[in-house]
Amino acid sequence: MNAETTATAPEPAAGDDVLLRIENLVKYFPVQSSSLFRRDREFVHAVDGVSLEVRRGQTLGLVGETGCGKSTLARCVLRLFNLTSGRITFDGKDISKLKPRQMRPFRREMQMIFQDPYGSLNPRRRVGSIIGDPFAIHKTATGQERKRKVQEVMELVGLNPEHFNRFPAEFSGGQRQRIGVARALAFRPKLIVCDEPVSALDVSIQAQIINLLADLQKELGLTYIFIAHDLSVVRHVSNTVAVMYLGKVTELAPVDDLWARPRHPYTDALLSAVPVPDPDKAGQRERIILAGDVPSPISPPSGCRFHPRCPKAAPTCVEKDPVLEPRLGDEANHLAACHFPVEDGEDISKARPTISAEDRVIESGLLGSA
Amino acid sequence: MALLEVDDLHVSFKTTDGIVQAVRGVSFQVDAGQTLGIVGESGSGKSVSTQTIMGLTRGAQITGRAMFEGSKDLLTLPLPEMRKIRGAEIGMIFQDPLSSLHPYYKVGWQIVEMIRQHDKDMSKKQARARAVELLKLVGIPQADRRVDDYPHQFSGGMRQRAMIAMAMSLNPKLLIADEPTTALDVTVQAQVLAVIKTLQEEFGTAVILITHDLGVVADVAENVQVMYAGAVMEKADLRTTFFANHHPYTEGLLLSLPAYGGERERLRPIHGQPPSLISLPPGCPFAPRCDYVMDRCRTETPPLASVGNDATHLSACWLPHDVAARNELRRKVTGEPLPAQAEA
Repeated sequence: MNAETTATAPEPAAGDDVLLRIENLVKYFPVQSSSLFRRDREFVHAVDGVSLEVRRGQTLGLVGETGCGKSTLARCVLRLFNLTSGRITFDGKDISKLKPRQMRPFRREMQMIFQDPYGSLNPRRRVGSIIGDPFAIHKTATGQERKRKVQEVMELVGLNPEHFNRFPAEFSGGQRQRIGVARALAFRPKLIVCDEPVSALDVSIQAQIINLLADLQKELGLTYIFIAHDLSVVRHVSNTVAVMYLGKVTELAPVDDLWARPRHPYTDALLSAVPVPDPDKAGQRERIILAGDVPSPISPPSGCRFHPRCPKAAPTCVEKDPVLEPRLGDEANHLAACHFPVEDGEDISKARPTISAEDRVIESGLLGSA
Repeated sequence: MALLEVDDLHVSFKTTDGIVQAVRGVSFQVDAGQTLGIVGESGSGKSVSTQTIMGLTRGAQITGRAMFEGSKDLLTLPLPEMRKIRGAEIGMIFQDPLSSLHPYYKVGWQIVEMIRQHDKDMSKKQARARAVELLKLVGIPQADRRVDDYPHQFSGGMRQRAMIAMAMSLNPKLLIADEPTTALDVTVQAQVLAVIKTLQEEFGTAVILITHDLGVVADVAENVQVMYAGAVMEKADLRTTFFANHHPYTEGLLLSLPAYGGERERLRPIHGQPPSLISLPPGCPFAPRCDYVMDRCRTETPPLASVGNDATHLSACWLPHDVAARNELRRKVTGEPLPAQAEA
């Protein structure tokens, strides 16, 4: 396989193995105010002060419930959204304020794979021309040369290069996702954001795509940001995992560390909620079932945003926003934003919050007693 | 007597491309109070078979029998009779709670209508009180106020709970849950599964749980039926399915999960794609993707037969039923020592 570098690629900063640095990133979306006479606009606090680093050749997993801001964060990194504030440094260059035209050379270096292999491919265009788009847009190859390059990348992702002239409808879900991967790989980018790349696929096909992504990472030295709601998949592919809740990172740790010693009660609850495909373990596990739903990101709760649902919530949590830092003598790379981190072997399913009732999510019915 | 007994169900649809054989001879039974998990990938016929039982597959060619409580064949029952059973005797929950609730009507109203449709004697006021009670039961906070909300004012998890409340409103004997938690976050999924389990314990409802998630099955089901290409591949109790399965497809499904592949190891996917249901190959439908395939598999379709002497463990596969011989083959094909669980 040819490792071709494109002419105008930004020079990597020497001696720095951090490919992507996100500093205090904030993204608000304005919403229509609910009151007719209210003049001040309201905002969805989608991402609210996130700082992360991604090292070259590594995978950062992003997990959290719907609406926690993980997809918004990923789209901000690719500058598909403009930032409200904060800084993104990619390959040693600050890209947070670049104009669309200035972003262009960087677009080759950072690509995205989408969740829905049906919605993300134009059904009226042939596969060859879909995968050839990057070459057409950046005007780097035409005619026979473009075709050769497209077929090369098709082969790389395990598609038959002879299917160049077929339409997306002629492929199955798994093969379509390979088309999506091929398109992202056309320029051999440094960073690929995978936004739920296997969620729409069947179990047996999921494993094919995960293996493909792992092989490509090894072969091409790719760096991934991997978003998935399936925590067992994230555990399998990631080096580091960031847990997000309502626009903030609540815990950041190397993958094995996070599973072995979750410090934030939210992480603990999230991990315990994952159904384990093992009847023996399913029976004996102590499940922490969180009450209620994620609150509205328009007016997030005060202090620690998790406090209304947290079994360990105390008055401090309502008042003070906890800092993301190592807790309970953890290594410097295991950070948690919690005033009362979970100790080793602690069972938080038995904990009861010590805050007043109006600060909590109200529990009733079967789940309250369960 | 089984609560529901499905016998040799065939369902096919005429399309412009040819006849799609969605379900090809499926038989199963559910006893009162029991939980049956039906597992399979998209196109395996798991949803079509239960929808057919409920009379929801219009325009399909259907043969076979589905006896409810031993006397009523749901496939031939006249519509007015069927309507009495649907909802009242058999409740159903679908995957997408947003499209199963009517967006123009209040959630409470929809439950009230459901109750009054089947119980004409109940007054509106009584039915409304019952709706509030049901919403409380499934854990909706401030149920007496939320009963007047519209579906869009509910979150995804709350909508699914409202659907469960509606399905349980007439205390059905059987609840069919078709991918009830697929659209939900894991935390909410855990809540919804807990509600289903508790309701089942409380009222002794039998549940058919259709899912592609083996984790959900391990959590909730007692018996498991694995389907592929419109047919049942393997049927056994929960532990046998996970630890002593016979069919290579069941094994492949379990091995392709990240949790089973061990940490940081390569996953073991099932190679290839599921077959087209329009032109199925002769023999075993799984043969083209099977690691153990033999010549016989490509010509003769294996019957669903009991494995060894265990009458409750059925598998549609030509592989030897003898455990030692089967494990020897497994060792040869996977090239690695047996997973510890398989020996248990």
